[in-house]
Amino acid sequence: MKAEQTQYTPVIHVSPAPHLSSRDLTTRKMMRDVLLGLSPVVFMALYVFHWYAVKQLMICLLGCLAAEALFMKMRAKSATLNDYSAAVTGIILALSLPGAAPWYIGVIASVVAIGMGKVVFGGIGMNIFNPAMVGRAFVMIAFAGAMGAPGYEQIHATVDVITRATPMDAFKQTGAVASLDSLFWGLTNGSLGETSALACILGGLYLCVRRTASWQIPAGTVVTAAALAGIANLVHPESNWTALHHLLGGSLLFGAFFIATDPVTSPLTPKGKFIFGIGVGFFVMVLRLFSGYPEGVMFAVLLMNGVTPLINHWTIPRPLGAIP
Amino acid sequence: MRSKLQEFPGKGSFAHGVHPPGKKELAADVPIEVIPPPPRVILPLLQSAGAACIPKVKSKQQVLFGELVAEAQGFVSAPLHAPLSGIVQKSVVTTLPNGRHVRAIAIQAEGEQLQGQALWDEIFGGDWPKQGLQEFDPKRIAEAIARAGIVGLGGAAFPTHVKIMPNEKKTVDTIMINGCECEPYLTPDYRLMLEAAAPIITGALLAARATGARHIIIGIEDNKPKAIESMKRAAAGTGIKIAVVKTKYPQGSEKQLIQAVTNRTVPLGGLPLDVGVVVSNVATAAAVARAVLKGRPLTHRVVSVTGGGIVHPKNLLVPIGISLGELIDYCGGMTADAARMIAGGPMMGFAFHDLATPVTKGTSGLTILTHKEVEREQETTCIRCGRCVDVCPMNLVPTRLALAARHKNLDLIRKYSVMACFECGCCAYICPANIPLVQLVRTGKTMFLADRK
Ligand code: SF4
Ligand code: SF4
Repeated sequence: MKAEQTQYTPVIHVSPAPHLSSRDLTTRKMMRDVLLGLSPVVFMALYVFHWYAVKQLMICLLGCLAAEALFMKMRAKSATLNDYSAAVTGIILALSLPGAAPWYIGVIASVVAIGMGKVVFGGIGMNIFNPAMVGRAFVMIAFAGAMGAPGYEQIHATVDVITRATPMDAFKQTGAVASLDSLFWGLTNGSLGETSALACILGGLYLCVRRTASWQIPAGTVVTAAALAGIANLVHPESNWTALHHLLGGSLLFGAFFIATDPVTSPLTPKGKFIFGIGVGFFVMVLRLFSGYPEGVMFAVLLMNGVTPLINHWTIPRPLGAIP
Repeated sequence: MRSKLQEFPGKGSFAHGVHPPGKKELAADVPIEVIPPPPRVILPLLQSAGAACIPKVKSKQQVLFGELVAEAQGFVSAPLHAPLSGIVQKSVVTTLPNGRHVRAIAIQAEGEQLQGQALWDEIFGGDWPKQGLQEFDPKRIAEAIARAGIVGLGGAAFPTHVKIMPNEKKTVDTIMINGCECEPYLTPDYRLMLEAAAPIITGALLAARATGARHIIIGIEDNKPKAIESMKRAAAGTGIKIAVVKTKYPQGSEKQLIQAVTNRTVPLGGLPLDVGVVVSNVATAAAVARAVLKGRPLTHRVVSVTGGGIVHPKNLLVPIGISLGELIDYCGGMTADAARMIAGGPMMGFAFHDLATPVTKGTSGLTILTHKEVEREQETTCIRCGRCVDVCPMNLVPTRLALAARHKNLDLIRKYSVMACFECGCCAYICPANIPLVQLVRTGKTMFLADRK
C-alpha cells in the first residue's frame, strides 16, 4: 500500500484496548501523595519532639528502604523502591513509635515490617496485614518495656514533653485529664505522629479529597468510635475522659486516616471500606475501654486486616441489572 | 449543569464511568469531505454480528454502484452491496481490524463513478419528509432495512432489521437515537448531526413507525451544544425529544444511555427490548431513512481519521471496503511520533498493523495515537485500591475477575459475573497499577465459554 511510502516510517505497535490510560493515577503517584498527606504530621512531630523525631524517622525510613532492597535482592526481584511504598511504610512506622525508643527498636521494626509484613507475601499488593503495624506489633511484644509506658516517658529526656506521661497513660494511672486544647494542637507526649489531632485531620482530609485514601474508612472509624465513646460517657458520667478526648487523644485519628486507609490491606468496594472503618473504630474502643492497654489502634487495624478477605467476599457488588 | 433531566425520568447520567480526555477538537470542526473513489474495494463477507453472507457474484462479473454482491445468510445477517461500479476480482482473504481472517469480495473500479458533491447528494441530499410517514407499513420498513444491509454504525454492527421491526412478543415504547459519541477523539456522528440532521430525523420517525414506539428520544452529550441545536431545529414539530445527557464515558453504551434517560435498568444478560427500548445510532437512522424512502443500500459511511499521529485530521464519507491505509494517505500520512493505529476509538477500538485492512460497516473511525498519547507507566501488582470497582459501569469487581483469569479459577470467574463485562475499558483506563484488566477479563470470558460447551 502507498502509505508505507510516506516520508516517515513510524514504529507501530499493536496492543489491546483501551489505548489510553489515566496519567495522573499511578501507583507511584498515589504513594507520593500519601507522603504529601503525611507531611503535616511529620512537621508536627519534628516541632514537638525535635531531635527524637528526626532520629526515629531516619532510622525507620532508611531501615525500610534498606530492608526492601535487601529482601528483593534475595528473592532476585527488581527493587520496587521507586514506587515509594517502602518509604511510606517507614514513615508511618516511625510515626507510630515513641520518639525515645532506642535505635534497635526502629531497625528491628523496619526489618520485620518489610520482611514479614510485605515481602514474604510477595511484595506490595500481596500482603494481608499492614506492614508498618506488623513491624510495630512485633517490637511491642518483643520489647514490652521499651514500648510500654516507660518507653514513652523518660525523666532525663532533653525534650520536655517526653518527661511527661502520655495523656492516656496519665489518665489510666492517675485520672489526670489532658486539656482538649493540648490534644488538638498536639503538645503532648505520645507516638510521634499521633499527638496532633489537627495535623492528622489536615493531612487526612487532603488524602480523602485526592481520593488517595477512601473517605469511607476514616468516616466509619471516627463515627463508630465517637458513638461508642458517647455511650461509654453515658454509662460512666463521672469519667472526665470525654468522647472528645477519645477522638482527639491517642492514635485514633492518625490510625483512621493513615494506617487503616492503606489500600492493599483494606477492602475493595465502598461498602466494604465503610464496614472496615466501622470495625476498626469498634475494636479501638473495645480495647481502650476493656483491655489493659491504653491504646488499641494497632490491634484493631491488624484484626480488621485479617477480616478483609471476608469483607470482600461479603460485599461483592450486584452487577447492573442483576436480579436481587 | 443540570443534574436532573427535565422531561425525562432519568438523571441524565449513569453510575460510575470515567472522564478520559475528549480530544474531539482535533476533528470536530472539519466538515465531512467525500473521499475520491478508490481504485479497488475489499468487502469482507462478515461485517456484522451474526452470520457471514454468501457471495452472489462471480469473478470478472461487472457490477454497478449499489448492486447486491452478497446475500444475507439467515435472519441475523446483512447483505452486501457494491460501493462503486466495477469488475469483481478473484475472491480474497482479508484481515479484519479485530484480527479475524475472513473471505472477501474484491471489486476493481471501472467506468464512471459518482463522486464529490454528487455522491453526497445521492446519499444525504434531497427531501427528508417529517410528515406522512404513517403510510409506510411497519413490516415493509423492516424489510427495506434488511434489504439495504444496514447494521449498527456506531461500532456494534448488529443487523438493524433485527431491532427495528414490529415485535409481537415485546412492546417497544421508546426509540432512542444515540448521538452521544462518548468514545474520545471520534466525531463522525457529531458531524452528521450538524450536516445531515434531516435524514436522521426521518430515520428516527420510520424506526418508531416500524416498532410501534410512541416516544422518540435523541440522546446527546452536553459537550456537543451545536449538535443539540442542530437536532432540535430539525426535530421541531415532530414530537421527537432531545435528551441532553452528561458527558462521561461510556454514556453512549446502550444500557447506560437507557439508564440515564429513562431510568430503566436493562436486566443482566438482557436486551434494551426487555425494557421496551430500541437504541439506534444517528448514522444508522440516516441509513434507514435512505433505505426506506429511496430504496438505496448501505454502501458508504462517515468515518473520522483523527488522533495526534495523523497530519490532517478529517471526517470523511468513504465507500465501505476502502483500505485504512488509503484514509491515512488522504489525511496527509502519519506524523513521525505516531505509535498506534486503531480502527475505532481509543477506548474500545482495535489496534491493527496491516494498512490493507478495509473499512467495514462498523468502522466509525481511525485513530492514530502518538507515543505520548499511548504512553503508560510500567505495570505493578494490584494495590487493591478499588478504583476499578468505582468506575465499572456494570458494577463489577474487575481486579477480582483479572485475578481469577490469571489463576484460571473458574468458580471465581463465575461468581464475579464475567459475562456482564462489555469491555468498555474504564477499569484498565483508571487502574494506577496499569494492569491490563480488560484483556484479562476477556481471557476469563473465553474460559467461561469454553467451560460451558
Ligand atoms: S484499579 Fe488496579 S490497582 Fe486498583 S484495585 Fe483495581 S486492579 Fe487493583
Ligand atoms: S470490567 Fe468490563 S464493564 Fe467493567 S469497567 Fe472493566 S471493561 Fe468495563
